[in-house]
Amino acid sequence: MDFHVDIQKKLPGFELAVKLEAKQEIIGILGASGSGKSMLLRCIAGLVKPDAGKIIVNGKTLFAAKKKINVKPRERKVGFLFQNYALFPHLTVSENIAFGLDGWEKAAKEEKIAALLEKFHLTTMEKRYPNQISGGQQQRVALARAMAGDPEILLLDEPFSALDEHLKGQMLKEMLAYLKDFSGNTLYVTHNMEEAYSLCQRIAILKAGKLEVFAAKEELFAAPVSLETAKITGCKNLVKAKRRSDSLLELQDWGIRVKTASKVTVSEGFAGIRANQLKLAAASQQENCYQMWIADENTTPFRSTLYLKIGTKPASIEDFHLEWEVSPEEMREITKKTQPLQIYLDPNTVFFMEK
Amino acid sequence: MNFDLSPAWISLKITFTATIIIFFIGLTVAWLMTNYRGRWKALIDGILTLPLVLPPTVAGFAILLLIGNNGPVGNFLELFGVNIIFSWYAAVIASVIVAFPLMYKTAKGAFEQIDPNIIGAARTLGASEWKVFWRVAVPLAWPGIAAATTLAFARSLGEFGATLMVAGSIPGKTQTIPIAIYFATQGGEMQVALIWVLIIFAISLTVIVLTNYWSSYQSKTRLGAGAL
Repeated sequence: MDFHVDIQKKLPGFELAVKLEAKQEIIGILGASGSGKSMLLRCIAGLVKPDAGKIIVNGKTLFAAKKKINVKPRERKVGFLFQNYALFPHLTVSENIAFGLDGWEKAAKEEKIAALLEKFHLTTMEKRYPNQISGGQQQRVALARAMAGDPEILLLDEPFSALDEHLKGQMLKEMLAYLKDFSGNTLYVTHNMEEAYSLCQRIAILKAGKLEVFAAKEELFAAPVSLETAKITGCKNLVKAKRRSDSLLELQDWGIRVKTASKVTVSEGFAGIRANQLKLAAASQQENCYQMWIADENTTPFRSTLYLKIGTKPASIEDFHLEWEVSPEEMREITKKTQPLQIYLDPNTVFFMEK
Repeated sequence: MNFDLSPAWISLKITFTATIIIFFIGLTVAWLMTNYRGRWKALIDGILTLPLVLPPTVAGFAILLLIGNNGPVGNFLELFGVNIIFSWYAAVIASVIVAFPLMYKTAKGAFEQIDPNIIGAARTLGASEWKVFWRVAVPLAWPGIAAATTLAFARSLGEFGATLMVAGSIPGKTQTIPIAIYFATQGGEMQVALIWVLIIFAISLTVIVLTNYWSSYQSKTRLGAGAL
């Protein structure tokens, strides 16, 4: 099961130009809204025709601009899970699932539908209409419908964005279980990096229609290659950086120099450190330790965010350089200390980006 | 008073025939235009809508040019010894052309309201365009299509100008209710005219009210409040 896409499509405001290759895996496509990620799925499904390039799934050419091949969506064996599920409101749950099974023999079809209803925990609601079931159930119907015809590639377009937080966690687990049984490729589009991380092996990041990076998720989160990657993987502390040596950066906006474990080879770029990777310095530590003042704080039940200013007392709550995420225990520890706090930026967690 | 009921039957015969023709052609054209993305969209839409804004006499004149004894279609039919001018067929053609835009515009509006993802879902699930149309698009647009059909029916029933020009007013043959009302009034038979006015009033209202009840019943039982 392999998959190759290399397409270009002009859109209002920008051009979608993406090249991706995969072998039986779940690929996350991460991007802000309007980055062209849904359009990419539509092109693969054949609902939108790209201007140029080609799409090949399992050695079968679905689209090739030069050879004038453009296989109809109904012949592409693609399972598409839409953001709003796009269930047929006038058909029951089992009619929805059966929609793609027209050519099947009656007995085989009924067996298949029963198996899918069972697998997706929908047996008790087969006669209901989509508006009579919950959001999570609608999503299961949509997934069952998309998988009924044994697609070779599964396209998931922000499948969790319409669910509330509680249901989302549960559906995410279910989805992972369903996808384990699936032998084809899955493309999973989202703007939520946590979802992407928990579902996918490799992640592609799209910015204004261009592929910013395509890499294993661990690599992507540990050492973002660009400012955009850092932002979309949730890094809060980003700053312009100048090279002083292979491992020393000057951060003018923060008024400090900082050691990094990344090898710095260009004269200018950006530095970043994740908000949960700041640490209180031990008394003996000197290197990469800085005096910081708390400008503001924001507390939620399970963690707090401290807004820190380096060097001098902040003039207002808006006057800060870094964000620091701490657990309630750490927060208790911190409130005992007198300001300024001694904060340690571990060189292994300070990363450098060229763009 | 000598009251001839034939205009009622002629009117209903012409209107039902025209409505059936308009229903299928209008629905098909509306769906094709909903999916058409080419550069001629605005122009084609304009041409299809034109009979709605032009005086019916212009439609009548155009039909006469086409199917009249010297028109291209008229000449062609002459070969088979058929002459449709001043027959009820001509009245059907006039009704179809004049009432078509109502069906087309309203049905197209209903098709455009359908979530494109639903149509896309049907296509990725292997449905042919035929199946997408009849099993998804038409059922989902049904309330709008019912309204469109009612409007076309009512417009067709009330058609006067073009019909008079191409089918004339032959009692028992092409004289419809609206034409009967006109000639009764002209001839000073105010009572006859009044009866026809009441009849056409009753037919139109009945059809519209029935359609309203029926489509609200349909949407209650099948689609429900939140369709998604």
